[in-house]
Amino acid sequence: MSFDVLKTFALVFAAVVLQSAIVSSIDIAGGTPDLVLVTLVAVSLLRGAIWGAAVGFIAGLLIDTANLGRLGETSLLLTVAGYWIGRYGETTGRDRTHAPVLSVAVVTILYSVGALALHVVLGDPVDAGTVLVGALIPGVLLNLLLTFPVYALVRRVLGRPEWATQEVRLLG
Amino acid sequence: MVGVLAVLSLALLSIYFRESSDGPLHGAQDVGATAMRPFQVGTERVARPFRDLYGWFDGLLTAKDENEKLREENARLRLEAIQNQTAAQENLDLKQQLDYQDLPGLEEYRSVNTRVLGDPSQFGRKLLIAAGSSNGIRMNAPVLSAGALVGEITELSPDTAVVTLLTDESSAVAAYSIRTGALGLIQSGEGGSLAFANVTKDKDVARGDLVATAGSSVPRLPSLFPRGIPIGIVTSASQTDTEPFKQIQLVSNVDLSNLRAVTVLVR
Repeated sequence: MSFDVLKTFALVFAAVVLQSAIVSSIDIAGGTPDLVLVTLVAVSLLRGAIWGAAVGFIAGLLIDTANLGRLGETSLLLTVAGYWIGRYGETTGRDRTHAPVLSVAVVTILYSVGALALHVVLGDPVDAGTVLVGALIPGVLLNLLLTFPVYALVRRVLGRPEWATQEVRLLG
Repeated sequence: MVGVLAVLSLALLSIYFRESSDGPLHGAQDVGATAMRPFQVGTERVARPFRDLYGWFDGLLTAKDENEKLREENARLRLEAIQNQTAAQENLDLKQQLDYQDLPGLEEYRSVNTRVLGDPSQFGRKLLIAAGSSNGIRMNAPVLSAGALVGEITELSPDTAVVTLLTDESSAVAAYSIRTGALGLIQSGEGGSLAFANVTKDKDVARGDLVATAGSSVPRLPSLFPRGIPIGIVTSASQTDTEPFKQIQLVSNVDLSNLRAVTVLVR
């Protein structure tokens, strides 16, 4: 368990460093991939809702620290995102091969809408047209491209979900 | 558990929002950002050859068209440079003869050149740069790219800083038309463009006019930027009977959505 925590933290920390140092400056057709969000999806699907929420909170804090953003802003969004994906992974999305792809696509859209809404609530100037029309579709596509290698890597590092190994034991 | 984390996030956000820039959360963030900095620098160095390779191929694809345009522009600029040199020398001579007192100029600033790390805002309106207060950068320092103003410093840590670009809606810079001296404000326009606002209808501003920072000589509100930093070129200027000001669109001299390195001016 504690080794799992260390491995997860290492994965999330690496994702945040890569995102803030390299990935966030990539601009393809107006969209930017979000490595941290894709990593969070993978961890949440493999480890469930509670892990998803905790990892989302930590990842958000790290991002806001690295980017000198407002502390708590990204944490709030990623905590909710991690919990939601985790619940989906534990229930409907369990053992579904399309779960990572579907989760990334849906969460990227909801995360963008959530971030936009939060910025509006906080009184920030935002351009909804650019975020929801110009950048969203390329962003979703780029995140989907990242999904396969990132999910495979996270699954290799963290192993199969606990419920999957328990089911194997029962059948054996 | 989830509720606790969400409430904790909201509490952090609320405290961070209210406290001053030297408050405990900002301090902790500075320490965290400094601790993460070596990892970011290392990662960036590893990725640099790949990024350069991508840039090389990307440049190759557009090189032919760009080469032709640049040749034409070069010929025009060479002529302008000669005219400008002559005018500048005349200007200097006249100032000396008149003992003319002027605002602080660009020569009183030094440059800190640094790399852009990314966009922390997710909306393309801010940049995280790889230099901070330890490099002499101060809050509200002007930030340039290719000699043109792109924004100002709005967040600062010892090793990194956040630049708010001119296209951000919170940005407003006093500016003037170099041709006619018409004063106005550079603000964000529609769809990430720039607008030269608050220019009264009696002023002459036309397409192709160069716009630069105006500076300010009012002692109570000293200018954030020195006078004469180029900002952009007017692309359209119009007016209506009902509006008190002209509607002027501007295009920046640089591509604000694709900045890889910037220069911060410090005194």
